[in-house]
Amino acid sequence: MAELAAELDPRTLEEIEPRARSTWHVRGWAGLWPKLVAVALALATWQVVVWSGWRPDYVLPGPLPVFHRLYEDLARLDFYSGLAITLRRALFGYAMAVVIGSVVGILVARVALLRKAIGSAILGLQSMPSIAWFPLAILLFQLSEWAIIFVVLLGAAPAIAGGLLSGVDHVQPLLVRVGRVMGARGLRLYRHVVLPAALPSFVGGLKQGWAFAWRSLMAGELIVIVGQQPSLGQQLQFARDLADAEQLLAIMIVIFVIGVVIDTLFGVLDREIRRRWGLSGAEA
Amino acid sequence: MSKVLGLSDKHALSVEALSVAFPHDDRLLVALQGATLEVQRGEFVCVVGASGSGKSTLLNVLAGLERPTRGRTHVHGHVALMFQEAALLPWLTAAGNVELALELRGVKGDQRRRIAQELLGRVHLNGFEKRRPHELSGGMKQRVALARALAQDADVLLMDEPFGALDAITRDLLHEELERLWRQSGLTILFVTHNAREAVRLGDRVLVFTSRPGRVAHEVVVDLPRPRSLDSPELAVIAGRITDRLKHEVRRADG
Repeated sequence: MAELAAELDPRTLEEIEPRARSTWHVRGWAGLWPKLVAVALALATWQVVVWSGWRPDYVLPGPLPVFHRLYEDLARLDFYSGLAITLRRALFGYAMAVVIGSVVGILVARVALLRKAIGSAILGLQSMPSIAWFPLAILLFQLSEWAIIFVVLLGAAPAIAGGLLSGVDHVQPLLVRVGRVMGARGLRLYRHVVLPAALPSFVGGLKQGWAFAWRSLMAGELIVIVGQQPSLGQQLQFARDLADAEQLLAIMIVIFVIGVVIDTLFGVLDREIRRRWGLSGAEA
Repeated sequence: MSKVLGLSDKHALSVEALSVAFPHDDRLLVALQGATLEVQRGEFVCVVGASGSGKSTLLNVLAGLERPTRGRTHVHGHVALMFQEAALLPWLTAAGNVELALELRGVKGDQRRRIAQELLGRVHLNGFEKRRPHELSGGMKQRVALARALAQDADVLLMDEPFGALDAITRDLLHEELERLWRQSGLTILFVTHNAREAVRLGDRVLVFTSRPGRVAHEVVVDLPRPRSLDSPELAVIAGRITDRLKHEVRRADG
């Protein structure tokens, strides 16, 4: 029984974990410093281009005045109301895309006829540039909030449906067999086996869907100007109209940072799920 | 179906003239042809055969995962099936995997936790309830799979080379545990392997399958006392005879 004891010794695994925990902040720093260097390099390049006199200051200001303007913006109330309008549209459009994309993804995965009919169309829609939807959206919804939501939805939903569909398609057949032997058929098989197995791919679709939604939203806010709603995209457009380059670049930085932050959140979610699903290989 | 076969109560399962064929590259691949066998309640029967003898197909049909092309099968009560890979759901803990089997059987929440704990204890996995499959060794995964199979409260346990991917020592330990669980539970076990020694180590009877297409070619009743040792000379003699028979079958199928 000595071998049994060796195989079952619970310490073998527990010993590994404290070590992993103690190196956590080291790994955090290891992931952070290349990013900081990249930011510094980008700012330096920007400053060098400005110093070269390629464009006059009022067209291409340097990082310092832009960050100063950004600092001023952050103290203004209408900046936040604009931010709120943009984020509200993003969240609303994205939430609708998640619901509709998930329902369509499940239906296409379950119904053979639907798959034949629109399975490849879902992939095709993903490669459709969202800006191409705007003329139609404006015809359908005029210059309104709904025109923007419509395009955000069409940008994000196919990626979300596609992620779910591909996750369901690539569930290990062995797991499905195990589920069926345990007596899970139909919906119960989906709930307990197929959908959890498809979750990593679904999160991949959610992440990609967010990227499409954010891009579509920015395009939409530049094109569809809804009165009395100084959204981020609209502020960007005004800055261009007023030839206010500092403001334009400051808003761009805000848009970029929001994109990065949300993408990072999805990255954390993605990694956590892959770790729990044993897909990362980092802990095995 | 059972009425047609006129089963006695002693039978746990019976297979009569079972043939299974699959379409494969626009011809028909016959996995099983006219396989007939019976297993008594509480019996431990091993099936040995070279690859391509349709052993796995037999288990799949008995588990209801594949349909017979011809012939009949009957299983008395519920079946559970174990594979060479543990096939644990990777997003659930060891306990979660066992609890899911209980949940699908309709066992209520509190009881599920208690029974799962007890079953994991029976396969010597106390303290590992919260581990996820990727944090467990191959042998431990198969123990969880065994606990999950027991959780299904099956009357018949079908095992498809369950220890085929394990190292010799782990496999030896799992043989002991499986034998112990079988004797405690009164389960009927149909155990498929390509390893003649393993079959003789575990089985009351060993059925030797022909290759391509598969059916029962030969039956060996193992009357060695339990628990048996894989290294005992008596076991080696019987296993040797079975291996000769298998080689003969493989040559016949290839030639």
